[in-house]
Amino acid sequence: MSTTLPHPDLDVRTNYLNADYGWKSWLFTTDHKRIALLYLFSITAFFFVGGAFAVMMRLNLLSPNGIFAHDTYNKLFTMHGVVMVFFFLVPSIPATLGNFLIPPMIGARDLAFPRINLLSWYIYIVGGVMALAAIVRGGVDTGWTFYAPFSSTYSNTHVILAAMGVFVAGFSSILTGLNFIITIHTMRCPGMYWSRLPLFVWGHYATALIQVLATPVLAITVFLLCLERVLHTGIFDPSLGGDPVLFQHLFWFYSHPAVYIMILPGMAVISELVACFSRKAIFGYGFVAFSSVAIAVLGFLVWGHHLFVAGQSMYASMVFSFISFLVAVPSAIKVFNWTATMYQGSISYDTPMLYAFGFIGLFTIGGLTGLFLATMAIDVHVTDTYFVIAHFHYVMVGGMVMAYLGGIHFWFPKITGRLYPEAWAKFAALVIFVGFNLTFFPQFILGYLGMPRRYATYADEFHTLNVMSTAGASILGIGYLIPMIYLAWAWRFGPISPQNPWHAKGLEWEQSPTPPPTFNFIEPPVVTEAAYNYSGEEAEIG
Amino acid sequence: MADSDIALHPPELKHHFDDAPQQLEASTLGMWAFLATEVLFFGGMFCAYTIYRHAYHDAFESTSRFMNVTIGGINTGVLICSSLTMALAVRAAQLGQKKALIWLLIATLTLGGVFLALKADEYHEKYVEHHIPGPGFQYEEPRFAQQAQILFFLYFAMTGLHAAHMIVGAGLLITLIVMASRNRFSSRWYTPVDMIGLYWHFVDIVWIFLFPLLYLIGHTK
Amino acid sequence: MGSFSIFPPRASAGAGEVDALYAYLLLVGIGMTVLIFFFVFLFAIKYRRKSPQDRPRAIHGSIPLEIAWSVIPFLIMLVMFGWGTELYFRNYTPPSGDTLDIYIVGKQWMWKIQYPGGQREINELHVPTGRAVKLTLASEDVIHSFYIPAFRLKHDVVPGSYQTFWFEPTKPGRYHIFCAEYCGTNHSRMIGWVTVMDPVRYQTWLSGGGTGESMAELGQKVFEKYGCVTCHVLDQQGRCPSLRNVFGRPVQLADGRSVLADEAYIRESILNPNAKIVKGYHPDIMPVFQGQIGEESLLQLIVYIKSLSVPTSAQLGQEVPK
Repeated sequence: MSTTLPHPDLDVRTNYLNADYGWKSWLFTTDHKRIALLYLFSITAFFFVGGAFAVMMRLNLLSPNGIFAHDTYNKLFTMHGVVMVFFFLVPSIPATLGNFLIPPMIGARDLAFPRINLLSWYIYIVGGVMALAAIVRGGVDTGWTFYAPFSSTYSNTHVILAAMGVFVAGFSSILTGLNFIITIHTMRCPGMYWSRLPLFVWGHYATALIQVLATPVLAITVFLLCLERVLHTGIFDPSLGGDPVLFQHLFWFYSHPAVYIMILPGMAVISELVACFSRKAIFGYGFVAFSSVAIAVLGFLVWGHHLFVAGQSMYASMVFSFISFLVAVPSAIKVFNWTATMYQGSISYDTPMLYAFGFIGLFTIGGLTGLFLATMAIDVHVTDTYFVIAHFHYVMVGGMVMAYLGGIHFWFPKITGRLYPEAWAKFAALVIFVGFNLTFFPQFILGYLGMPRRYATYADEFHTLNVMSTAGASILGIGYLIPMIYLAWAWRFGPISPQNPWHAKGLEWEQSPTPPPTFNFIEPPVVTEAAYNYSGEEAEIG
Repeated sequence: MADSDIALHPPELKHHFDDAPQQLEASTLGMWAFLATEVLFFGGMFCAYTIYRHAYHDAFESTSRFMNVTIGGINTGVLICSSLTMALAVRAAQLGQKKALIWLLIATLTLGGVFLALKADEYHEKYVEHHIPGPGFQYEEPRFAQQAQILFFLYFAMTGLHAAHMIVGAGLLITLIVMASRNRFSSRWYTPVDMIGLYWHFVDIVWIFLFPLLYLIGHTK
Repeated sequence: MGSFSIFPPRASAGAGEVDALYAYLLLVGIGMTVLIFFFVFLFAIKYRRKSPQDRPRAIHGSIPLEIAWSVIPFLIMLVMFGWGTELYFRNYTPPSGDTLDIYIVGKQWMWKIQYPGGQREINELHVPTGRAVKLTLASEDVIHSFYIPAFRLKHDVVPGSYQTFWFEPTKPGRYHIFCAEYCGTNHSRMIGWVTVMDPVRYQTWLSGGGTGESMAELGQKVFEKYGCVTCHVLDQQGRCPSLRNVFGRPVQLADGRSVLADEAYIRESILNPNAKIVKGYHPDIMPVFQGQIGEESLLQLIVYIKSLSVPTSAQLGQEVPK
């Protein structure tokens, strides 16, 4: 193997932010860090679009008779789901933090395919514009799940435009996943064995496997749906000989693994945060790494738990229920290992760690309520009610979004070269935690009481809990606005950050400048120790 | 430029890779991973086809006599030959034989064109028979009309998606021909030929599955 | 407001069983949550960073601990799985004996209920206590879902097929019916009430409504209206099979298969007769009624055809008002 050469025009005072100026240097960049920022800004914009719909939904649910016309409300929850799932959560951590950090974490100068990385962002933008066009032209009202035959034959809204926007965005996800898999396989620096990879990288590797294998099935499903809407050949329409439940099987074959795309990167971030702020190696490193892959694999085998009441065979349902319990085990293993990491550690309460605490607590609740849904007899009662809504918001918002915010704060100095104001950050984290629980905990109760989901109006006895939930949502909304303000301020005016403000282990902190130069390293890195070697142990030979 | 310079920093080596073998490994693994996604992409439709074929067994038997096995068979032969010329093209690139490479790429492209032309003819035949799903669809046996429409829809969706992949492949081949005539390839570096060869073989394999499933199994005259 | 409970009203024996399982899950869930919260708080406080120079000793892992906290939760989950699966099978498998069969057609955005005695209601379902009630669900358009929280039951109502579930009410009262699968504009108004009555009051209610014609009698009228009678009753040339004693028994098909003549088979035989040809008969003779007979009439026809069968030991005649 030949030696690596330092890049001829590397200059220690230049970093990736000031290496070049002008809109062309950003829109035609191939630097993974700049592409990560392009994603960061577009994803944040979509978060607020999806959030605006959520605000309107909760306003409507303040009173049992609602304030919006039913068609309007139906469009609101559909667009909230479509935007949040496909244009915020699926790309979120991988396309921002993953893009930025995977190369430096493994000692590489960039991802394997930098131009494909840029292409994936453009594809995401095209898909996003199509979805926005569908919104602006009047919206879609099928629910983000697009069930047939309503979506193929009965809905009068812009189904094709929205569905094709999702179709296009899916290719962005596939390309990102491909890039990560190849990079992690082929571009690790000398000494960076698989067993020394940060768990952040393991988590993104598992996520990438799902992105690459599941998303094409969504693509073909959505494609068939759009053809059906135009041609009415009957593939999903029973009055023409088709099977509407086939759509559900094809849809959930992607969409269940997709929810693991929407949690594994969050878990990947949490491993980094817990290790750094306990100043201790993650307990059970091998088990945590293996659990990520196990979740990815098992996640492909459980889609039928969305069809327990849909007319699926009871025996098939039984198999899906069993495997759904099985997939809970690796998730539990991770929670236990993070907790054990804290034992006899040195815990500090910096904001990223507060978000990690929040994640561990809220993901535990969200994951446990998943067991309720895996239990067939309980699922019959609570499926399609607010219980399910509470469950997935606990894991996706209480879990993933908290991890995202924790990661943004942790790596903020690395990305911007500045420090954020810690007091404001702690305050915002607290507001978000309180607001989140007040919003979504009442929804578990509402669900078991029988309030169905996707209801613009509801029975009077659900009134009080809905008011509580809306109150929580307003607090949560304020909580999300606060970091937007101080992070934007700190990027411009915050104090300059030292090289490693958290004294964290990891190539991105120890051997890459803050902020990094375009090719990440001044000297090509060589790894001689295991990950998270906070206690300074000697590495085993070989 | 001294030979030692070229050995240290070959012109095709991108700056983020350490060396040529790493770049080749990344490209190869990348193409194989991409082909895995394509398997899943086509897989969804193969799944729908299997389900409806099982559910509408009799209708399927009825529609199978409208599948033109002759054209399908010729097309299968054409594609297999094109895979041969493609494999020989990769070998020519390996050996640095520029002229052979270009001619073999042109042969592959031509055979691909023959496939698409025959396919177009086949689709036209279906159009004349009113077997294109949609408003103009009519079927000879009324009792199978609904089911036949679904089955023909899957036929067009699957072969249409395959044809779209072939058209993309044709575009890629043209790119290769242009690159080859501009001396971009040598025995030291010919990765795009290799990778697009893999893609072409994959598109061929998809057809090898499509042909028996759609044309041969259950075929009655 | 009255006392607040996290449980909706419990109006069937099955509901109580679901609540018991839920209580177990709550116990496990709250227990696990408290456990995790406790340890996180404990460690966060007890091992709080004392100085910037802290260098905790690395503890890389413990295989026995990993096995313990994988196996023990899994065993707890096996209980959930076993209990939940058994309850589910019981709830979704109607008893083969005496059930009161009620037929429900969902369409955007209402529920149309038909009783064997011929009574019809919109968005209202009346059932007696102490009797197993079996609902057969059909849709005229999109997928709906028939949900009665008080029984802890729902089932999707899928166009093109019949879905069933059953329950045995125990507590008189009025309880919600909700549509639980998004179906368009007025999904949230596709709601109604199920009224549970003791058997005496129920009989009184039954005799108060309806035109006097049972579902089977209505079905016979449909049978005559569409000309089914010309072949299936009056024909002397053996063009079509008799319908006496067909329902609920196996049927031999021309291709050698044998199928059970249940509701789905009868429905398919009417809407798409050439899908399955009875042995000894020919295709393309019976007209195709797809798109011509509505879901409610189809159900009436099925009840009529059921009435042409002498009950096997597994079946029973329907309740018909005097």
